[in-house]
Amino acid sequence: MSKRKLDIFTKGFFKENPTFVLLLGMCPTLATTTSAINGLSMGLATLFVLVLSNIVISAIAPLVPDKVHIPVYIVVIATFVTILQFAMQAYTPDMYKTLGLFIPLIVVNCIVLGRAEAFACKNGIVDSALDGLGIGFGFTMSLTVLGMVREILGTGSIFGWKFISGDGILVFVMAPGAFLALGYLMVLFNKIAKKS
Amino acid sequence: MAAKSNLTNMVLCLTAVCLVCSALLGGMYVLTEEPIAKANADILKASIGAVIPEGGELSEAAEIQVGGQPSVYYTSKAGDEVKAYAIRSTTVGFGGPLTLMVGITPDGTVYNTSVLSHAETPGLGAKCTSDEHFYSQFKGFNPAEKILSVKKDAGDIDAITASTITSRAYTLAVKNAVEAFKTIKGE
Repeated sequence: MSKRKLDIFTKGFFKENPTFVLLLGMCPTLATTTSAINGLSMGLATLFVLVLSNIVISAIAPLVPDKVHIPVYIVVIATFVTILQFAMQAYTPDMYKTLGLFIPLIVVNCIVLGRAEAFACKNGIVDSALDGLGIGFGFTMSLTVLGMVREILGTGSIFGWKFISGDGILVFVMAPGAFLALGYLMVLFNKIAKKS
Repeated sequence: MAAKSNLTNMVLCLTAVCLVCSALLGGMYVLTEEPIAKANADILKASIGAVIPEGGELSEAAEIQVGGQPSVYYTSKAGDEVKAYAIRSTTVGFGGPLTLMVGITPDGTVYNTSVLSHAETPGLGAKCTSDEHFYSQFKGFNPAEKILSVKKDAGDIDAITASTITSRAYTLAVKNAVEAFKTIKGE
């Protein structure tokens, strides 16, 4: 893999991490990270849509007239999201029960549309797929870490495995805790990012 | 880069994209229709199975009013003898509707309860699905001997700590199911 391709792939993890650096997709980030496993699944769901929509959009971009490119991208993204929704409903009904409400929201997740607008429509298929993978994994990683922190502090368990008996700091499982945890993680992340 | 827009190519492009996407979705729908129906049926069956005694043939859903709202119940029969009723009961919890499946044996005792769906706060009200001390109180609950409401309201149910509203909603759902059971029996 050439240096440029590697860069496209890895920038999503750190330099352009969608959650901690670009601050995109805050709604699913805050709402679904009540536990590590929820964060992980939401991240993977977004990754799936992101990669496929990036590939398709980079392939059709030269054919799409300028004035209708946003509607076309939205239709493409919505199609993949709906396919994912059907698949989850059919094969992972338990996961669907927890995340069901947020899956349709991937359509308007600014990360997905943002990558289509900023990257996929100007780059080739391979680069766009790499970009989707990188940003998607970056997003998954951020959501999992945030979910882990909230789960550990909020309920004293990790990936559903309880290591402290009794209750945790409940606020971290609820909405205010999402903002708190995200804020602190962002500080930490930017501190580390600046040093390196 | 993108082609220059004019009416013809805009209409053509949108039509083509929408056609392809609808075709894809149609295909996906057909593919997943059966597994989805099966998954939903499994969930329902499992929840009914958990709240009534084993054995007995399960009937189709029958309509009934539970707590003033239309709902459904299932009858489990062994031959002609009714083994139990499973009644779906919905009340409003802290975060939204709380739906239970309540199993009641013909003598009026609650056999067991299980949560079908809820929107309670994780770590607080959501404990109604995991706090064994709480939900096991309804197991074998005889409404003729004890009072179906939380201790704060002079009843016999220990509420979940810091989740009185959820506990009340849960208890009310069971109570409504017991009332509905009386209606079924009265018929």
